[in-house]
Amino acid sequence: MCVCPGPRRIGIPVRSSSLPLFSDAMPAPTQLFFPLIRNCELSRIYGTACYCHHRHLCCSSPYLAQSRLRCTPPPAYATFCRPKEGWWQHTQGRRYASTPQKFYLTPPQVNSILKANEYSFKVPEFDGKNVSSVLGFDSNQLPANAPIEDRRSAATCLQTRGMLLGVFDGHAGCACSQAVSERLFYYIAVSLLPHETLLEIENAVESGRALLPILQWHKHPNDYFSKEASKLYFNSLRTYWQELIDLNTGESTDIDVKEALINAFKRLDSDISLEAQVGDPNSFLNYLVLRVAFSGATACVAHVDGVDLHVANTGDSRAMLGVQEEDGSWSAVTLSNDHNAQNERELERLKLEHPKNEAKSVVKQDRLLGLLMPFRAFGDVKFKWSIDLQKRVIESGPDQLNDNEYTKFIPPNYYTPPYLTAEPEVTYHRLRPQDKFLVLATDGLWETMHRQDVVRIVGEYLTGMHHQQPIAVGGYKVTLGQMHGLLTERRAKMSSVFEDQNAATHLIRHAVGNNEFGTVDHERLSKMLSLPEELARMYRDDITIIVVQFNSHVVGAYQNQD
Amino acid sequence: MHVPEDAVVSSADVALALASAASQNGVQIYDRTSVLHVMVKKGQVSGVETDKGQIECQYFVNCAGQWAYELGLSNEEPVSIPLHACEHFYLLTRPLETPLQSNTPTIVDADGRIYIRNWQGGLLSGGFEKNPKPIFTEGKNQLEIQNLQEDWDHFEPLLSSLLRRMPDLETLEILKLVNCPETFTPDMRCIMGESPSVRGYFVLAGMNSAGLSFGGGAGRYLAEWMVHGYPSENIWELDLKRFGALQSSRTFLRHRVMEVMPLLYDLKVPRWDFQTGRQLRTSPLYDRLDAQGARWMEKHGFERPKYFVPPDKDLLALEQSKTFYKPDWFEIVESEVKCCKEAVCVIDMSSFTKFEITSTGDQALEVLQYLFSNDLDVPVGHIVHTGMLNQGGGYENDCSVARLSKRSFFMISPTDQQVHCWAWLKKHMPEDSNLLLEDVTWKYTALNLIGPRAVDVLSELSYAPMTPDHFPSLFCKEMSVGYANGIRVMSMTHTGEPGFMLYIPIEYALHVYNEVMSVGQKYGIRNAGYYALRSLRIEKFFAFWGQDLNTLTTPLECGRESRVKLEKGMDFIGRDALLQQKQNGVYKRLTMFILDDHDTDLDLWPWWGEPIYRNGQYAGKTTSSAYSYTLERHVCLGFVHNFSEDTGEEQVVTADFINRGEYEIDIAGHRFQAKAKLYPVTSLFTHKRRKEDVELSDLHGK
Repeated sequence: MCVCPGPRRIGIPVRSSSLPLFSDAMPAPTQLFFPLIRNCELSRIYGTACYCHHRHLCCSSPYLAQSRLRCTPPPAYATFCRPKEGWWQHTQGRRYASTPQKFYLTPPQVNSILKANEYSFKVPEFDGKNVSSVLGFDSNQLPANAPIEDRRSAATCLQTRGMLLGVFDGHAGCACSQAVSERLFYYIAVSLLPHETLLEIENAVESGRALLPILQWHKHPNDYFSKEASKLYFNSLRTYWQELIDLNTGESTDIDVKEALINAFKRLDSDISLEAQVGDPNSFLNYLVLRVAFSGATACVAHVDGVDLHVANTGDSRAMLGVQEEDGSWSAVTLSNDHNAQNERELERLKLEHPKNEAKSVVKQDRLLGLLMPFRAFGDVKFKWSIDLQKRVIESGPDQLNDNEYTKFIPPNYYTPPYLTAEPEVTYHRLRPQDKFLVLATDGLWETMHRQDVVRIVGEYLTGMHHQQPIAVGGYKVTLGQMHGLLTERRAKMSSVFEDQNAATHLIRHAVGNNEFGTVDHERLSKMLSLPEELARMYRDDITIIVVQFNSHVVGAYQNQD
Repeated sequence: MHVPEDAVVSSADVALALASAASQNGVQIYDRTSVLHVMVKKGQVSGVETDKGQIECQYFVNCAGQWAYELGLSNEEPVSIPLHACEHFYLLTRPLETPLQSNTPTIVDADGRIYIRNWQGGLLSGGFEKNPKPIFTEGKNQLEIQNLQEDWDHFEPLLSSLLRRMPDLETLEILKLVNCPETFTPDMRCIMGESPSVRGYFVLAGMNSAGLSFGGGAGRYLAEWMVHGYPSENIWELDLKRFGALQSSRTFLRHRVMEVMPLLYDLKVPRWDFQTGRQLRTSPLYDRLDAQGARWMEKHGFERPKYFVPPDKDLLALEQSKTFYKPDWFEIVESEVKCCKEAVCVIDMSSFTKFEITSTGDQALEVLQYLFSNDLDVPVGHIVHTGMLNQGGGYENDCSVARLSKRSFFMISPTDQQVHCWAWLKKHMPEDSNLLLEDVTWKYTALNLIGPRAVDVLSELSYAPMTPDHFPSLFCKEMSVGYANGIRVMSMTHTGEPGFMLYIPIEYALHVYNEVMSVGQKYGIRNAGYYALRSLRIEKFFAFWGQDLNTLTTPLECGRESRVKLEKGMDFIGRDALLQQKQNGVYKRLTMFILDDHDTDLDLWPWWGEPIYRNGQYAGKTTSSAYSYTLERHVCLGFVHNFSEDTGEEQVVTADFINRGEYEIDIAGHRFQAKAKLYPVTSLFTHKRRKEDVELSDLHGK
């Protein structure tokens, strides 16, 4: 049997700062269940639980296979699984004793769950004009893990032009995705800075003057930054820019965005690795850097500057461009490649990077070393460090780390590390007026929805109002009945669109609630959202979505200039 | 409701017919000529400036429909005509297989918000939707007029209700959807009458989509108005002067008409307050009162408390509170009334219109003696209740006037008199630089301290003796209340209950209120609202201008002979008419009715406008009504006429005629027996509680 390793499995206590996130992210199920229990309406809960149970039995394999990381269960897992099994039997036993009743969330309850993490940013206008090629973005997250392991970031570069947006999908806990979401954009921004600006910032630090701000963050209140590690992170970043300053030969060269992105990704991953090896005298920080290094995260980051769009991807999150054809229809252009077993080039790369005799073991059952689904990721030092190094760090590390079966466990067939890299694949795209939006999302979305549907739903949402042409009768033979039918249809379409004020929320509603006909089914949506947190992960993954909307007028104007 | 003699006319045809009839009588019509502005000399219309030259005239009628607002503003001294247009859609279809006959009745489905009528054998169907689209907020815009679009998506709810009502129409073919903006006013009543600022400038506009049905009558009244100076009916509710410049904000109008237009097909319940365009004028105590549970009504833009919801009480949601029966505030107002009767209540009455008239010599007294029917040559400090009458002896206004000094007077009149009263005074006052009229409404916050303990509260706050010996009824004194000096205290309450009105310069309002409330605590003070006031004044037979009194009712018709001093030595306006009436007798008489067999909990309530039957014969209508918590009965006020049984002609009404009748009030088809009274119930004026009736709960704080 295979189980997804949640943070509690690894034995890491939930950090205090992430507690509010958790309680904010999943308010409804807890709030709904406890009063019910108080009211002794247990049968209702069992009704729901049984529903899940059936689903679990008949469709468990495709869902459980999604689990990003799996381990051969060491003996310790048996104890973990036992209470679970007991729970199942318990509910099943009770099921026959009480008639299952249907329990649904009301539409407002569904909305409050869906909207708990939604965030929108509109690029401010100057003199009534928005000169940026980005109009703004909508983002949202729906947790399946508790706490959620996905992260998202968005920021405007203040010392260079451009905007950064990224989604991060963590595994084996949220420590790594959290660290990457806080740090990566600084590494990218620093990589993009001209030599003079770097010097100015360094001098300011040195002489204690006020620093130039580098990033303007656009954060949801739930998107937190770790206060404790802030100093440590700053020191690593500073070392990075000092090296950049030293490397510069003085001749000012144009900074290549692609190179900057690759350097930033690799540098951050190496800093994560180094910080874990060096450790920290502060025991809390020491434990934190180890957790960051031993957990993992994929990253999909977009950098938009005028018409230049770069997407840097590490792992299996995806960037999808929504293109509106001349006839008004929508098509999807993929701007990233998934780094997993479905990608031939990645399989090829892995085989080439390791001796021939490992060709069979390096990817097994579509997983890296038979364990990890993404083939590129931040952190995950278990797939990067030598066995010696891993053992040494774990032994000298805090007890919590030592007691953890997962961290102690060495992947099988581990001969020629590193097996994993954080190096991104960078795609460049020059924006055209027909490129209306970009969807960045973690695999939680892509495994439930086809990219074409994603683009169509967002496209219709964003243009819903403007593109429903007003109807005019003008000379045609139309009866009242025909007109009525047409209008009713248009209204139904409109009302589903306007339930949400956020494109990402709208997409999540579809991803979770779509029935076989491709329309949102409230009953299904309600069932999916009322799953207890222990079960949610069996039916879906964390979903994180950022929808960036482009300003066609500005993009068109750029095009005309050239 | 089927009206057999109902007819359908085309507005264009009616207009053409009127135009050709007028031309035949020598009227000149200038086509394709636009009015630039109206020329005014010395406050009187002198001509019209058009794009083709000037036309001299004595009268000008602004009938410019949705452009009336802008035309009014084009004057050097603008004329405020508050109205705003909304898009209005109606559908035209091709003829039915069997074309509709011209006598097909017009159908209105108010629940479906639509009307349906014959149009050239097909249908014309439109409606008044819940979500109107206001238009032309920025003013006349040629571009927009030409581009008025059919908006099918907007019409969808109306089309749905048409097909729900008449499903067989599905196969009918559409001709077109017409977008034809209609004009609406802030209170859903049309606007007519003379401008308060320019003589000879008349207005007839804002027909709220009923121009064709009301046009004939409205035209007649306006013609009478221009020829005689007043129309033959009381049309105060349509008078332009019920509005002022304060209702002329475009934003206000835009928001308000969005609420007004759907009302056309909504059930209109009594005591309904508009929800849009609120909180425009407020007293400085607004926030304090609001925090204590005040629910508000609006009059002339001013927020007034209706009643105060206690913290432990929940009222119905707005939509559910709509009723013709016993309303949900019944018990709340009951406890406020009880407190007014037994302890003391404070009501914020700042909205009342307040004028000051001062002069260097005797001019102020002279002009007031000419304008008012009562004798104002009273000692300084006295308050006089008096009517401001027109030539026919009817009430133009009903005020209380306090003589502040030999040469200055303070005049209090109803809230919505602000524009009308000002215009009336200006019209009749001589041009005299030594005579000063000032609107001081905004300068004072008015608190009404009602109840037997008001005197205790006030004497404690002022260290002045307030007993009737020192401060008799209908007196006005400037004194200190708390730290604030110069508070105008008047021994009257507009209800007949004991107590005081405090006119407080606004900067002291909060201080005085706080002091009154904190000192009043031990006397059981609480806030009260206008509904309590209304119940108190109606049970005491206090008539109010605008509700019971109007320009066609005289003091003699409502038992106020004592407020008319025919022999005061001044030929005041309306004196002749009153003299004649005194000689000939009156043709209607304001009477108080106490409903006998009316069940407050189960029966429909009287509100106003209920028919009065005397000995089974129709005798008039009620003008206002309220539940009297003291009498535990409903009390209605209304005019009783004496219609001749044979000819229907009006005959003289005597006290004997009133007293000898058996009366019934008809509420929605059900007649209730009523006792008629020409004078208030005396027992209401004795406040002594019998010793044996005192109980422990009387010791509880209110």
